Amino acid sequence: MIPELGQFALILALLLAIAQGILPIVGAWRGNAALMAVARPAAAGQAVFVTAAMAILIWAFLSFDFSVAFVADNSNLALPWYYRVTAVWGAHEGSMLLWVFILNVWTVALAALSRHLPQPFVARVLGVLGLLGVGFLAFIVFTSNPFMRELPMPADGGDLNPVLQDPGMTFHPPVLYMGYVGFSVAFAFSIAALLGGELEQAWVRWARPWTNVAWAFLTGGIVAGSWWAYAELGWGGWWFWDPVENASFMPWLVGVALIHAQAITEKRGSLPAWTILLSLFAFSLSLLGTFLVRSGVLTSVHAFASDPRRGLYILGFLIVVIGGSLLLYAIRAPKVAGGKAFAVVSRETAIMIANLLFATSAAMVLLGTLFPLIGDALNIGKVSVGPPYFGFLFVLLMAPVVLLLPFGPYLRWGRADGKSLATVAARAGIAAVICAVAAWYFADGKLRAVAGVAGAAWVAVGTLSYVAKRWREMPRGRRFPAEMAGMLFAHFGVAVFLMGVMLSESLSVERDTRLAPGQTETIGGYAFRFDGVQETTGPNWRGDQGIVTVMQNGETVHVMHPQKRIYTRGQVQTESSIDAGIFRDLYVALGEPMDAANVEGPWALRVYYKPFIRWIWLGGLLMTLGGFVTAGERRFRAKRVAASETPTEPAPAVGKATVA
Amino acid sequence: MNPTRKRRMTIVISVVAAAVVAVSLTVFALQQNMNYLFTPSQVQGGQATQYQTFRLGGMVKSGSIQRSSDSLKVSFIVIDAGGAMPVEYTGILPDLFRDNQSVIASGRMDGARFIASEVLAKHDETYMPKELKDAMAKAHENKKIDEAAAKDPVQ
Repeated sequence: MIPELGQFALILALLLAIAQGILPIVGAWRGNAALMAVARPAAAGQAVFVTAAMAILIWAFLSFDFSVAFVADNSNLALPWYYRVTAVWGAHEGSMLLWVFILNVWTVALAALSRHLPQPFVARVLGVLGLLGVGFLAFIVFTSNPFMRELPMPADGGDLNPVLQDPGMTFHPPVLYMGYVGFSVAFAFSIAALLGGELEQAWVRWARPWTNVAWAFLTGGIVAGSWWAYAELGWGGWWFWDPVENASFMPWLVGVALIHAQAITEKRGSLPAWTILLSLFAFSLSLLGTFLVRSGVLTSVHAFASDPRRGLYILGFLIVVIGGSLLLYAIRAPKVAGGKAFAVVSRETAIMIANLLFATSAAMVLLGTLFPLIGDALNIGKVSVGPPYFGFLFVLLMAPVVLLLPFGPYLRWGRADGKSLATVAARAGIAAVICAVAAWYFADGKLRAVAGVAGAAWVAVGTLSYVAKRWREMPRGRRFPAEMAGMLFAHFGVAVFLMGVMLSESLSVERDTRLAPGQTETIGGYAFRFDGVQETTGPNWRGDQGIVTVMQNGETVHVMHPQKRIYTRGQVQTESSIDAGIFRDLYVALGEPMDAANVEGPWALRVYYKPFIRWIWLGGLLMTLGGFVTAGERRFRAKRVAASETPTEPAPAVGKATVA
Repeated sequence: MNPTRKRRMTIVISVVAAAVVAVSLTVFALQQNMNYLFTPSQVQGGQATQYQTFRLGGMVKSGSIQRSSDSLKVSFIVIDAGGAMPVEYTGILPDLFRDNQSVIASGRMDGARFIASEVLAKHDETYMPKELKDAMAKAHENKKIDEAAAKDPVQ
């Protein structure tokens, strides 16, 4: 009975979403306040029913209701309760429900925090979000009902995919979806602005905190996913340029461009059409990401069994959303223009260059990711693009971004003065050279490591020198407004990330080796002694647990316990053991026994030494923090503001128009 | 030309130049990194001869996995409905690698053997990459892939 209530809740939510999607937009068009006023209650109602559906599905998992097919497929009696909760988004139906649930979280937050915005504008924004809700709720109700019954009811269920039985999986999907879906707000703002013709700066100011928070969540989600892949997939990589990873990376890249373009449009009024276009693309790529992950059209290490018919629905939805929004853009955007002019050497130009580089990167990733489909269409055979394609082009495209980064805060809007740029270039340059020389000495002249250290020093010193400048020149309390502090955190995060990537990529030692109990393998100055395996059991698995004693200079550093688990349904899962440190990770994973009949004998082991790898995620977390801090900017919360409010920094005299 | 036109000209030329550079680099990178997927019968039919490295896809033949006693070298046979190809790999195989599993290995040919540098891991035991399904179906237009799989019932 209870699961049916869940389904009813979904259907009611769908009906409310239709009301929310149509009435307020019509109301805003006709100037009918009563229709516009439907937006908030409809959104609240939809949220209540979606939340109820979500709660009912969680309850079905917690109460072992195996008569629900989705529950029976993805959990069993032995699965611990916390993994039964996360199993909700462990497969297709539930993760779509999570998508809609998070859309409702954003919608409700927006409805609650938008009292100060003009009513027609809010009505349009909530209406657009309602339409998106319709698309996904219809998808769930008609093709992916998580409450489908399975009769007769099985005595026990299947299992949650073992790779998903990991703490990292608890956060990764919800946080990532918060980011994906969060871009829908910027999207809805843009559509509302296009619909209503409110193309002044005001709407950008309202959209900025939402976009920054969404981007921060997306960053956090990608970091969590990368960490999970590193710890759980058992081969110690942190990024594979896999289609599913690329799916989350494309909206991220466009998101970076978007949050910077929004800053230009908000403060200077320039490039509003570009900002709108980026908002449309960021969300379109989020939808495409959902489509790629869910349709199974691409071969991926992340791909799960999937149903192409559902892919077809999402593809149709994708065409409607992208096609419709671009059509609207084509009709309305030509009227959008204006803003203050800027010189060639100005913050606007620098941001524009970086924007183009990020947009090109996203296009490059898109091309590489979809290439198998293109190859199929052109009939040139089954073809995919290898990771070196992405690695080569991405480094090439991001190198100029790294070079430009320290100048960003020093560049003034409108027209920058060359003197302060020369100073920061000199400081950061000297720091980069010194660090490069030091790195040359420590890293045995490995070029990538040296380049990484130099780049990181360049960005870090450039950013810190701006911190010092603000500290010197501004009075207490006005030194670091939230917006600026967030920017500085994120830029510093880039330095940390760069350091982590380049050092771990060039200095890692990865060895797959065969060790009999008592034998030792030495890498990176650490001796790994394999002391055999013992049997071990968990709530829903049994397995072998290896004992690896790590010694440095004769002293024991750590005793590691990598596991090879066999879950109730027979799936084998490697649990790596990681000794984490700021400057290095030690990573051990069990392969298989050389002789399957004799687990006491020699085993295959992966033994890795990974210097600075944690800096990759630390850098990502700093960027995440930057996004959240920026969103806290007081200016964004101001009541209706005139379009031409003074920017936080005193604007210098604006130069003549040089860019038409 | 007046200064405004001149400036516009410079901008247009630099944009075009940047686009040309970007496109040619992308084409270059694509050409260097295209990986084709073939099944054993397609390879034995000579379709893969022009490629240095490619991906080999098929099913692991039951009972064909042999491990070396003193190193991490392992050999196995990948089959599709009309061909079989011995594969050699040194390293640790993914968790889901076993008899009768679909597998994609990337590497190169050495004589009649395929030397794999990487064997694809999967997350899901019931998942078969669509492109592999298609390739195997294409290699045997008249023989359905389901039949090939049905010969080795595993799931």
